[in-house]
Amino acid sequence: MDKKLRALYQHLKERGLSEEQERIILFELEHKSSHAADGKSRGTGEGVSSAQTIYEHNDFELLQAVTALKAPYVSRIRSLDELLERDHQREDDGFPRKIRVGRMIKPGKDSQDKVVVVPTTTEEKLMHDPSFKPPEEDESAGGSGDGDEGEVIGEQPVQEQEGGEGSGPGQGEGGAHEVESSAYDLGKILTEQFELPNLQEKGKKRSLTRYTYDLTDQNRGFGQVLDKKATLRRILKTNISLGNVADADSVDPANFLIAPNDRIYRILSKEKDFESQAMVFFLRDYSGSMDGKPTELVVSQHVLIYSWLLYQYEKQVETRFILHDTEAKEVDDFYTYYNSKVAGGTQVFSAYKLVNEIVSTENLARDYNIYIFHGTDGDDWDTEGEQALVELKQMLTYANRVGVTIAENGYGRSGNTEVEKYLKESGLLTEKPDLLRLDVMQRDASEQRLIEGIKRIIS
Amino acid sequence: MELIDQHTKKIMEGCKERARAAGLRFQDETLEYIVTNRDLIELSPKVMIPTLYDYWVQDVEVLKEKGRYELYPGNPYETVINTRPAISFYNDNNPDWLNVMIFYHVLGHIDFFQNNLYFRHTWEYDFTGQALSDKRMIAALRAEKGRWVDYVIEFSRGIDNLVGFHRELSPFFQPEVDGWSKMIDYYFDVFLQEGAKQSVNRYVKEIERFNECTKKYGDMAEQTFFTEIHQKYPEFITLFQKSLEEKKSSGVDLLRFLMEESAFLNKEDNKWMLSVMEVIRNTSLYFQPQIRTKIMNEGWASYWHETLFLQDDRIQGHEANFAKTNAGVTAMPRVGLNPYALGMRLFYHLEDAANRGQYSFDFQRIKDTRQRKEYNAATDKGREFIFSIRENLSDFNFVNTFIDQDFVSKNKLFVAGKRLNPQRMAWQYYVKSRKARDYKQMVIESLYHPPDLRIELRPENNTLYLNHLFEGKPLIREYIANTLIGVGFLWGGRVQLETSEVAAQPPRPRQDPMGGPSRRAGEDQPEPKISWQRVLYTMENKQVTKKRID
Repeated sequence: MDKKLRALYQHLKERGLSEEQERIILFELEHKSSHAADGKSRGTGEGVSSAQTIYEHNDFELLQAVTALKAPYVSRIRSLDELLERDHQREDDGFPRKIRVGRMIKPGKDSQDKVVVVPTTTEEKLMHDPSFKPPEEDESAGGSGDGDEGEVIGEQPVQEQEGGEGSGPGQGEGGAHEVESSAYDLGKILTEQFELPNLQEKGKKRSLTRYTYDLTDQNRGFGQVLDKKATLRRILKTNISLGNVADADSVDPANFLIAPNDRIYRILSKEKDFESQAMVFFLRDYSGSMDGKPTELVVSQHVLIYSWLLYQYEKQVETRFILHDTEAKEVDDFYTYYNSKVAGGTQVFSAYKLVNEIVSTENLARDYNIYIFHGTDGDDWDTEGEQALVELKQMLTYANRVGVTIAENGYGRSGNTEVEKYLKESGLLTEKPDLLRLDVMQRDASEQRLIEGIKRIIS
Repeated sequence: MELIDQHTKKIMEGCKERARAAGLRFQDETLEYIVTNRDLIELSPKVMIPTLYDYWVQDVEVLKEKGRYELYPGNPYETVINTRPAISFYNDNNPDWLNVMIFYHVLGHIDFFQNNLYFRHTWEYDFTGQALSDKRMIAALRAEKGRWVDYVIEFSRGIDNLVGFHRELSPFFQPEVDGWSKMIDYYFDVFLQEGAKQSVNRYVKEIERFNECTKKYGDMAEQTFFTEIHQKYPEFITLFQKSLEEKKSSGVDLLRFLMEESAFLNKEDNKWMLSVMEVIRNTSLYFQPQIRTKIMNEGWASYWHETLFLQDDRIQGHEANFAKTNAGVTAMPRVGLNPYALGMRLFYHLEDAANRGQYSFDFQRIKDTRQRKEYNAATDKGREFIFSIRENLSDFNFVNTFIDQDFVSKNKLFVAGKRLNPQRMAWQYYVKSRKARDYKQMVIESLYHPPDLRIELRPENNTLYLNHLFEGKPLIREYIANTLIGVGFLWGGRVQLETSEVAAQPPRPRQDPMGGPSRRAGEDQPEPKISWQRVLYTMENKQVTKKRID
């Protein structure tokens, strides 16, 4: 794998690379790690625990070994709806909203559409920023024991710390303080509370394996409801053929002969339901440069989009998950999609190509509304997008919407990522604004910003 | 919640006797409750005060990655609360020996609450009783005014860290003076020292002149004294008047100021808001000393549970268990600050040093290291000394006064630095400094310290002008806008906040946290020095704007 990447790098280098591009490529090359799904590996750095501040110590924990408990949210009095209603009221009263339906992603391995809603809020005060430190200073904490000044007493892998602090996806804020809610409910909340747009009804409706039961079929002799008009017609027919109707101008129904078989009933029957359904492709760049925040942003946004589509399509949504670095692969469930660690280089076209292949081999374009959402940090070794653009154009021929989210990793200059550049230069964004959307956000984007981004991508 | 059983209560009473004999002083009555997990879930958002007012935010998880303890001075998992009688909480399956240890710890806290002068304002009433009536009042108001009660709670809590704790405390310790006026105070304390910039010699002469006037003219002394001054400094009287006005507006904290001066709050229809604000303010004031004495309080309690447990004749056979639990509480961590360990060691250090008479003038005069080390006046005043410290100091002056090189060296303390090693892709902890000065500074930096805002009234548009006295740390930027909207609601008009922020740097590639190839040898760019600029936030009609001022 590594050799292959190196060869690719050499090849790209021969074609000419700017210094910036080379830097990023080299960075990803040297970023040695694998895509293994995040487990709960927690090593200790030679007895160095993460430093605690004075005020984090408390009697209960230290003396009675009672750890900080969190209430299961369900035991609380207020429901999510109530909270959101209160929040809505705030806006009417002219105050900014306070509830954030934050950090809601924790897909389990088996239950795909379970997400966890953690209503959170902040209490804002005028106070000193404890995270601030002058750039020239190292972080410092207290310590005790042996060691000369300058001596290193322990270390802690960078990756692990980021994971442990919850910036890596899938970890951190779990706890019991949460509402398990289905993604469908979240979609409803997003649509109603955050005013995400409703989808416009697509022209073509496709059949599903879903049925409704209706009194549409007719049956002679028995059934649920007597169809009087049809029965009368049947009786008339029988009587004509029996010669019981002498004069067509003066018919006396009292003289009709009625056979039991002439009664026509409506009978409950299975009907195929016709409704739109959607196939959503989620594409995630899991190359080395996506480490930390960008991944978190992309995955959070994808959960939100997924939830919203689920609501819009009345649960008739199928999802496919594709991860890519220089090569793309499809994974089975959201869990793997969400928890795979970043590593390797970046080639966007590989993912697009895989989507095109899946769509054509499974003939999906005929049966589905196809949505494709791609999250990346905007780096691409294919700097001109030569291959990616070809595949993208192909995608646009069948997709209802292709949304590209760029979460900048902050290594390069803002607003100047490869993907953003070549998308803009290709003119596709202006040519087909209703098919292709782009959203670029900074690495420190808030949840509010994420939702705004979704609006931009899907409206 | 139910009370502990009679057997355990008896153990507690035994602990009280032994603690009293050792010199601790506290009220007779205490209440001990068994708490279940369920109780704790309800208690922790109410910072262990069972009768605290209800507020919807208590039901929501509050994001706390940013300065949890800057936000709430109260600790959500305190074992004992400072009420009358003091209430403490216990797990129901603690073995007896552990309860003995915890009881001593709790008694240490109670002694601290009831004797440390920073808690002076909480001595005269029972907070839980007060809180219960406040809770009922807020519930009654909520029935009448609905969600507006919660808005007032929210906005008041938004500034409840600016309650002027020390100003509230100072009337308790006003020395009884009589005989001279504010004008004399102003003349000697401010005018001569700041305004007229006199030499020390001249200052002393003025004092002499004043003393002479007092002797000669008795009641007329001041008048005579100032006649000369009015001639010499005609501007004096105007400056004095001005200072009185200034003092009026800067003499109170923001919450109190709003309650007194806001035209909006003092409208007949809005007067009920004042009582809600008063509740928030009192609650905050009640918790203030707790966070300002964390190291001392825990250190003191740990000192006593260790000392008294080891002397207790009732629990023989559990020394090993005790040692294990006690080490968990009071061991110095390799990296990190443990207030129990630090405070306890400092108390031991002080006791030892005072026993040898090292807090005396004679000792301070000795320069020779060897002599200093061997100095022992055998005064046996150690206990007495630490008792007076627990009475008179708070964390800041405790740390600032008593962390010295002897203490740091003896306990092998150091300031640990954390830096990135790009080659190994790891954060490295290293010994940054073993100097007492640096260690002290590091501890002080980590202490609770709310920002200092000066309140000014600007006549244009009835503006409330908050001037942040910058101390090298910026305010949390994303909290500013919403807080100002809250203040604006309570003020009923325009609010401005002047503060310092880091000036925007010209864009440059961010240092990538992985230490990738961007940092090649010879390419190290020096980090640009941080530059500060004053900015002015203006909140008007619920819109917040920001502009630079220089």
